[in-house]
Amino acid sequence: MAVLLNRRTRVIVQGLTGKIGSFHADDMKRYGTNVVGGVTPGKGGQVHQGIPVFNTVRGAVRETGAEASIVFVPPPFAADSIMEAAEAGLKLCVCITDGIPSQDMMRVKRYMRRFRYEDRMRLVGPNCAGVITPGQALMGIMPGNIYLPGRVGIVGRSGTLGYEAASQMKALGIGVSTSVGIGGDPINGSSFKDILKLFEDDPETDAVVMIGEIGGPQEAEAAEWARHNMRKPLIAYIAGLSAPKGKRMGHAGAIISAFGESAQEKVEILREAGVTIVPTPAAFGPTVAGVLEQQKKAA
Amino acid sequence: MDIHEYQAKELLARYSVQIPRGGLAYSPEQATYRASEIGGGKWVVKAQIHSGARGKAGGIRICSTDNEVSEAAESMLGRKLVTHQTGPKGKLVSRLYVEETVDIRQELYLGIVLDRKSERVMIVASASGGMEIEEIAEKQPDSIIRAIVDPGAGMQQFQAREIAFGLGLDNSLIGKAVDTLLGCYRVFRDFDASMLEINPLVITKDGNLIALDAKMSFDENALFRRAEISELRDKSQEDPRETFASDRGLSYVGLEGNIGCIINGAGLAMATMDMIKIAGGEPANFLDIGGGASPERVAKAFRAVLADKNIETILVNIFAGINRCDWVAEGVIKAIREVGVNVPLVVRLAGTNVEEGRRILAESGEKVIIADTLAEAAEKSVEAMRAFSKSKKN
Repeated sequence: MAVLLNRRTRVIVQGLTGKIGSFHADDMKRYGTNVVGGVTPGKGGQVHQGIPVFNTVRGAVRETGAEASIVFVPPPFAADSIMEAAEAGLKLCVCITDGIPSQDMMRVKRYMRRFRYEDRMRLVGPNCAGVITPGQALMGIMPGNIYLPGRVGIVGRSGTLGYEAASQMKALGIGVSTSVGIGGDPINGSSFKDILKLFEDDPETDAVVMIGEIGGPQEAEAAEWARHNMRKPLIAYIAGLSAPKGKRMGHAGAIISAFGESAQEKVEILREAGVTIVPTPAAFGPTVAGVLEQQKKAA
Repeated sequence: MDIHEYQAKELLARYSVQIPRGGLAYSPEQATYRASEIGGGKWVVKAQIHSGARGKAGGIRICSTDNEVSEAAESMLGRKLVTHQTGPKGKLVSRLYVEETVDIRQELYLGIVLDRKSERVMIVASASGGMEIEEIAEKQPDSIIRAIVDPGAGMQQFQAREIAFGLGLDNSLIGKAVDTLLGCYRVFRDFDASMLEINPLVITKDGNLIALDAKMSFDENALFRRAEISELRDKSQEDPRETFASDRGLSYVGLEGNIGCIINGAGLAMATMDMIKIAGGEPANFLDIGGGASPERVAKAFRAVLADKNIETILVNIFAGINRCDWVAEGVIKAIREVGVNVPLVVRLAGTNVEEGRRILAESGEKVIIADTLAEAAEKSVEAMRAFSKSKKN
């Protein structure tokens, strides 16, 4: 099933009746996602755009058997919604919301540790474009038509740069198994390493593209893990070559504040770990094509 | 968001962290008045700018007479102070903080940060205060003590005690150090700070523990619930280009180059800037116009970019997901006609309704250089910038 999501996954939308939630719920349904319900406290019992609305996530899960949720709740309330999803026993939660305070995310991560690892909900995001398994299902805000179904996994922080990579690959006839946006915040649910592990174990993924950026330790951690554990080829790009130190570049997490956090330093760490580097953001397509070609020859 | 030293100290004092007696001054007269209010025979006049390393730049002066206080104030007020943290343009001094001096026995370092590895708040302390933490990490790495706080339980007494003993403090100071550490942590937590640095935290000859300097930054995502902190914002300390953009809801960072960038998405914006650099140019800014690129928003972005007088070309790069390229194209045309663009303009559109978008640009009769790919967009921008720059000189 590629990773995280397929056409059978039963999805609810937290914040369904808001403007953004409504728009994307509709878009997701049209793409083929199995949207079974929505949650807006106080609007339980209504039917919104043909989707039944519930007051609580627990209620929605009881009535619909939902396994996954996507969160479009505004920043002041989003952390609470994530914890509600975790408590209701969902397997996956994708949080799109941008602007959640760091201390709220610290509490979310702390809260989730009360569940055993095997039972713990997987959180993707916040501040991300979501997850798409092309040709099957979309839990996110990306344009579905730029992805060709295929066998290369994508994991990245940025939404639009992920689109750039996917469309360069599509232009060369290279398809995507699943694309996962882990988001641009300093504290996020799933790290690069977490998603690489899923792709490494997925029989329908042959290679992985990782799209990182300045700030934080996650790209280096992923490289270290991949060096010892990954058999599939890993291809990476790091954005922010021209970013000055100490300035936040849009994403709350995109700030160079320590050694090893600049684009140059990260590229060096990745290269040393044997990762194939995409030399420029215009070279996603050709670099991936080259790696797949080599893989074919070796087989 | 950063605040001034005196503001950080006021917050700390509320949480029983000891600070020297001091007062704020906007003029040399006020500075001498503050000195007489404080009393004694020795004062420090400190320029209030959002930067560390003020001492070396002449922003901290020790004075022994009224006259010296007045002269020090005169020399700082209204000037721009350049430190290695402010960039070459420096930051304007419009406020001074006049403080009593203290007799220092030892300087310590105390910092509180958001540690991205543990995803928790981390306390960092060292007995080698006075120098910057980067320097301590390089010269005395073993002197650094770290403690990670459980966000559910908060910082515990024993953690503060461990740090205090780890710093080698005298038994008589342990109680004071615990109060100071817990106070700092609570300020950090209660106001959604992202960084707090007290460097130096000093042990005085009479056995007190005093925050001699204080620096704080706050999580911008949490300002909606911290009205008191939002009010401390001092726009005179920001790059005016960035203030202009942020007041209009745009995410903008000013840089030194001459190719203005208007892009959707932070990652694509950084990648496009990288591509400009690879093509031999220098980006003038980072600008993410975000998800809904309405014509009004595009026009605002053009105004923000053109507020920078160094601009010699603008590159618009939009990968439309939720957006549609035809709307973006209409926005670009509207912006050209309303704002007036007198430098070359390169536009690259991709994603939803791209054909329609390109047609609108081509049929508008406006001078727009169209690029199909990211690489082409960067190359055409650099080319256009060089031609424009040359024609300006002739």
